[in-house]
Amino acid sequence: MLDIKNLSASVGGAEILHDLSLSVGTGEVHAIMGPNGSGKSTLAQVIAGRDDYEVTGGSVTLDGEDLLDLDPEERAREGVFLGFQYPVEIPGVNNAYLLKAAVNAQRAHRGLDEIDAFEFLKLAKEKMALLGMDQKFLNRGVNEGFSGGEKKRNEILQMAMLEPRLAILDETDSGLDIDALKAVAHGVNALRSPERSIVLVTHYQRLLDYIQPDHVHVLSGGKIVRSGDKTLATELEERGYDWLKEAANG
Amino acid sequence: MATESEELESLVNRRYEHGFVTDIEMDTLPPGLNEDVIRAISARKNEPEFMLEWRLKAYRMWLQMREPEWAHVHYPPIDFDAISYFAAPKSDADRPKSLDEVDPKLLETYDKLGIPLHERARLAGVAVDAVFDSVSVATTFKEKLSEAGVIFCSFSEAVENHPELVRKYLGSVVPQRDNYYAALNSAVFSDGSFVYVPKGVRCPMELSTYFRINSANTGQFERTLIIADEGSYVSYLEGCTAPMRDENQLHAAVVELVALKDAEIKYSTVQNWYPGDEEGKGGIYNFVTKRGDCRGANSKISWTQVETGSAITWKYPSCILRGDNSVGEFYSVAVANNFQQADTGTKMIHIGKNTSSTIVSKGISAGKAQNAYRGLVKVMPQADGARNHTQCDSLLIGKECGAHTFPYMEIKNQGAKVEHEATTSKISADQLFYCRQRGLSEEDAVNMIVNGFCKEVFNELPMEFAVEAQALLNVSLEGAVG
Ligand SMILES: Nc1ncnc2c1ncn2[C@@H]1O[C@H](COP(=O)(O)OP(=O)(O)OP(=O)(O)O)[C@@H](O)[C@H]1O
Ligand SMILES: [Mg+2]
Repeated sequence: MLDIKNLSASVGGAEILHDLSLSVGTGEVHAIMGPNGSGKSTLAQVIAGRDDYEVTGGSVTLDGEDLLDLDPEERAREGVFLGFQYPVEIPGVNNAYLLKAAVNAQRAHRGLDEIDAFEFLKLAKEKMALLGMDQKFLNRGVNEGFSGGEKKRNEILQMAMLEPRLAILDETDSGLDIDALKAVAHGVNALRSPERSIVLVTHYQRLLDYIQPDHVHVLSGGKIVRSGDKTLATELEERGYDWLKEAANG
Repeated sequence: MATESEELESLVNRRYEHGFVTDIEMDTLPPGLNEDVIRAISARKNEPEFMLEWRLKAYRMWLQMREPEWAHVHYPPIDFDAISYFAAPKSDADRPKSLDEVDPKLLETYDKLGIPLHERARLAGVAVDAVFDSVSVATTFKEKLSEAGVIFCSFSEAVENHPELVRKYLGSVVPQRDNYYAALNSAVFSDGSFVYVPKGVRCPMELSTYFRINSANTGQFERTLIIADEGSYVSYLEGCTAPMRDENQLHAAVVELVALKDAEIKYSTVQNWYPGDEEGKGGIYNFVTKRGDCRGANSKISWTQVETGSAITWKYPSCILRGDNSVGEFYSVAVANNFQQADTGTKMIHIGKNTSSTIVSKGISAGKAQNAYRGLVKVMPQADGARNHTQCDSLLIGKECGAHTFPYMEIKNQGAKVEHEATTSKISADQLFYCRQRGLSEEDAVNMIVNGFCKEVFNELPMEFAVEAQALLNVSLEGAVG
């Protein structure tokens, strides 16, 4: 599904990702962990096409298609979804309106008609119920005045509506209370399927208790320094990152 | 790496869609202004003596006045002698009695503007009075309205058929000497709309007027007078547009609203005069005086405006809250792009007891445009219990534009409650990326964010026009990112 080969990227003149390679197979769930500032969000944003980041080398392909050539909206319509670490507020823009525009942009890309208003509402309500979200969030401004946890749930709602091929969730578990964490995990698990790949960026083993990853990677200093199965996460919980940093430098 | 501002600036390239010129014979007075020209205008319109006197008085006052210089706008001096003060389509000699008699080319013009009269006539609930250059061309739905006792006609017809009403109310809200452009308008106004809603009548449909400036070197000076008698209600919408021309054109209108006891007037404007090209060449100078008088107790006047056009806009729809418990509202979206300059706002004058006013102003600046809000809240000593809430929000797109806020307050009653809030924001790269990551194009993202910013104002527009206003806003900002 997702193939990253020897990717280097910089921002503001500083190289953040160095020669990074990562492969995520179809139907797999990967977790990426790593110290603050190691480049996890950078990687997520580069995959999604944020142009503040300059790709200086390497390639990123989705099912063989070169993603780096596409605009962010084209990548999104191709099925790349990024759950933001810090979802932005868009005052006055109805949450349902953005959701519908997003669904329709994707449908147009696939040559489908716009979604029927009734159908849309039914679908949105269904997904919200799954996530334990109050329907009033449909009529609020996008993330406007949402609490940290509400914003994260809203990201998952968008993902659930868009049913992406590749979902990258950047610290969607941070700032969630235990019920919200379960709801989000539930939402993600519901989306797990043999056709879909999921990349979870997280700091906490806790999330991985609810969403069992197939692979766990450690990103440090702009590269993947260790990959393993889910026991790696447990090991990190106990030992921290220093031993890996040392290993990488040595 | 494209910077945010570069991207945003390149977004700001819009095409003006209504820039065609209608080729029909015009009956135009030679350029220049003197008493003879005024007599000629009055004679052509077969006006009664009192109208001519009123015009001449205004003209003499105008000669003594000077152009205002205080607005936050810049333009070369206007040569008032280079303007022609009257242009009517030739076919005016025998005025069309119904739509069938209207010059088909003219109707075609309206079609191009997206105002198919026939279409609109069928669309329930909207009566249209179309003012083409200086003369009101066709008014639909007159019959249905007259059943309800509502008078809705061109100003000229009102002078002819209801001189007593015209005489009583003309200039009673905006006197001839009010300001430079109002005086000029009073002297030379050619036509406009007239509405009278009798006591206790709720006007059965939205009333609507479209203005269009067609001839070159013609000034448009229309005059609108709306009277809502006791306990009545009317909602009125004006839409404006003009063709592309390299020269600047002058538009100096006057609108007077009178709301008597328990009456309500809702006045909405969607203004899309030609703003000039990307280099700032051409475009309409829109110098307009709009004022409403809440003359009776419990009366209410709301102004809602969406201003996307004109090279220069100078406009302050105001409310005089004279009646006790009267209410004034002002909801405004002003877009300025490229070299446009907008200086707009409102005045709320609290005179009666327990009067309240609300001001919501949304200014959007893009390109090299300057957008200024200028508002006055004045509370007179006798206005016990007066309340005002003002909210002024500015949205900047790009780095070379500007937003300015000039709130003035004159509070002469200690008990008055006056609140002012102002914000300035930008469309952030984060917001754009967020929307694009959800699959929206950059342009759709900008439109969506701008529409969200304007939501409170659009909510005030009548339904069918809210859609139009949104579309217009999108056209105005077309290419503003990308
Ligand atoms: N515009 C920028 N200019 C300079 N450095 C930047 C810029 N943006 C990000 N960085 C740096 O890039 C590095 C990687 O940041 P990134 O957000 O990818 O880290 P992260 O792994 O997601 O961290 P966290 O766990 O705290 O979310 C950090 O050192 C950060 O300061
Ligand atoms: Mg991060």
